[in-house]
Amino acid sequence: MTTVTKTEDAAAPGGPESFLSVRDLSVRFATEDGVVKAVDGLSFDVERGRTLGIVGESGSGKSVTNLTILGLHNPRSTTVDGEIVLDGKELVTATEREMEQLRGNKAAMIFQDPLTALSPYYTVGRQIAEPFRKHTGASKKAAWERAVEMLGKVGIPNPEQRAKDYPHQFSGGMRQRAMIAMALVCDPDLLIADEPTTALDVTVQAQILDLLKDLQQEFGSAIIFITHDLGVIADMADDIMVMYAGGAIERGTTDQVLRSPQHPYTWGLLKSMPRLDSDLGTPLAPIPGTPPSLLDPPSGCRFHPRCTFQDRVGGDRCVTERPLLGPDRSSACHLTAEQKRTIFVEEIKPRLG
Amino acid sequence: MKEDLVLPTPREAAAGASGEPLLVAEGLTKHFPVKGGFPVRRTVGQVQAVDGIDLTVHVGESFGLVGESGCGKSTTGRLITRLLEPTGGTISYRGRDITRASRRQLAPIRSEIQMIFQDPYSSLNPRQTVGKIISGPMEINGIDPAGGREKRVRELLEIVGLNPEHFNRFPHEFSGGQRQRIGVARALALEPKLIVADEPVSALDVSIQAQVVNLLQKVQEELGIAFLFIAHDLAVVRHFSQRVAVMYLGKVIEVGDRDSIYTRPRHPYTHALLSAVPEVNVTGGDESGRERIRLAGDVPSPINPPSGCRFRTRCWKAQDKCAAEEPPLVRLSGNRDGHLTACHFPEEPTIEAREQDIVLDPALAALEETDED
Repeated sequence: MTTVTKTEDAAAPGGPESFLSVRDLSVRFATEDGVVKAVDGLSFDVERGRTLGIVGESGSGKSVTNLTILGLHNPRSTTVDGEIVLDGKELVTATEREMEQLRGNKAAMIFQDPLTALSPYYTVGRQIAEPFRKHTGASKKAAWERAVEMLGKVGIPNPEQRAKDYPHQFSGGMRQRAMIAMALVCDPDLLIADEPTTALDVTVQAQILDLLKDLQQEFGSAIIFITHDLGVIADMADDIMVMYAGGAIERGTTDQVLRSPQHPYTWGLLKSMPRLDSDLGTPLAPIPGTPPSLLDPPSGCRFHPRCTFQDRVGGDRCVTERPLLGPDRSSACHLTAEQKRTIFVEEIKPRLG
Repeated sequence: MKEDLVLPTPREAAAGASGEPLLVAEGLTKHFPVKGGFPVRRTVGQVQAVDGIDLTVHVGESFGLVGESGCGKSTTGRLITRLLEPTGGTISYRGRDITRASRRQLAPIRSEIQMIFQDPYSSLNPRQTVGKIISGPMEINGIDPAGGREKRVRELLEIVGLNPEHFNRFPHEFSGGQRQRIGVARALALEPKLIVADEPVSALDVSIQAQVVNLLQKVQEELGIAFLFIAHDLAVVRHFSQRVAVMYLGKVIEVGDRDSIYTRPRHPYTHALLSAVPEVNVTGGDESGRERIRLAGDVPSPINPPSGCRFRTRCWKAQDKCAAEEPPLVRLSGNRDGHLTACHFPEEPTIEAREQDIVLDPALAALEETDED
């Protein structure tokens, strides 16, 4: 049995500056094996001009959340509860027509694999020009010029010629640049980047990440940046939300989450990740076990079967009561604030080398 | 999953002869033909996947091979295990030339060189039980360990941290990390002297990666097995390997002990690679301490690689000499023994931040210039 002591209302809606606000979002998929609770009771805000980094392992619900924001889930097999408010507009109940006007215009997405996300049948220039024509009503010629301009901006050499090429004629890094150009062509207020550099080489990744940062300065969009790589998130995000098994377990500014993390899962991630400057004498400390199945998630704290700090909480609170996450800097864990601080300083930090 | 693993004592051969070359590749080359044309398909070009590389893996050593996609690191692994036929060069294993060895001649050596693959989903036969998968290599090589094969399989499962009772399960009943452990157990079944691990952890989640890296490290140290560890993740390679080679477009451009490569690199590409790794700064030290190099564009095609130094098209130091003359892989003055670099105009041996960032990407440079104004 899971008892909930605090209500999610504790996560009060952010101030007027919060541009996207997600409240108590739940997403369930009906599958052959049962109902998958991909996202369960998630709340967060994104402000204009800021980057929220969502970090988590596969199956933590980070991608599903963002597909739901853009209404890209399959409505037949998916149940969505809660609220998603983008710039004052409620999206969960919005019609397909309303979503169509919003996608690519107010909110755009960059996908992980640019080769499958781009159509092989149309030229790159045409694919970039199309959303611009649709949303602004520009002429064919004006849209094409805009596409060429965007390709130049994201660093495609010789953009007039390359706009006439097909995606297969582009290299991996160039395709991802074309995707970025397509996402930014209508000057969106919200950009969702779902693992945009995971498929790229490290030197190309560095170029793309810096490009996104510089373009954000110019366009002033809010960015939701999804990744499993803590190094990338440290580089990109202003704020971080850590997700595990369909829920957020820790949030704060990048500095807070990476320098003084509070949740045992975040500690585990940091300890298990080799770094270029880590001490070679200390072996990596993996998180024991494997991520849970979302068909039948663990009771209480979802992380408790893998957590080594359960005994410090005492009793069976971790098994029976799901810890909730506050709106600002907080972590969903039953350890007291004092315990979190001392455990990190005395036991975790020395092992980070 | 057990973390305290009990491993058998290292075999004498490995313990006694450390430092002796186990596998030597010289001038190793692999070109894949590109076919084209109609109606008669002809060879119209060659993908120069690996083009004349020299490598030495010593007994009991872990040797890391890093590089970006298309640099030929996986092809090198497959050449060394003789899964691919080399176009040129020689491979010798414990002093014996095995470059052109026939199937029969190779048979006794095959069991000593094993491989761990990247994808734990496609590298295990879904129709075989774990017991069958792990005992397969013993069957093929006609090895009958004392106590029977089944007992040995149970031992191996225990070594890699799986429940020996899971002997009769099928691969789909295991998670990705557990499957990779099965792959490790299979590689260990024949008591190999060299394991070629091709991106063994890159398909796994972060929290699981560390479990497998630790397991491989334990196996390497306690059983004294030499590893050729192929990966694109520089931090993982640093953690695992004593010596590291950096590849670019089918060539080894720098090789040396771990410390030299990661803190005193000389080749501009090694500098660029290290500076591109996104890092978490957990200690709260100075963030601007690392150099920042942003290359332009992607790796050129290996079908028609640049003349001379292959990195020159993306290098900020390139001059006419780089196009005309291929730089030899040599020891530069001031470098440690065994630290070899192939560059005409090497960099300073430091990874500290430079006075001016190197930004070659035109889009980045343009955006950053307007910022400064």
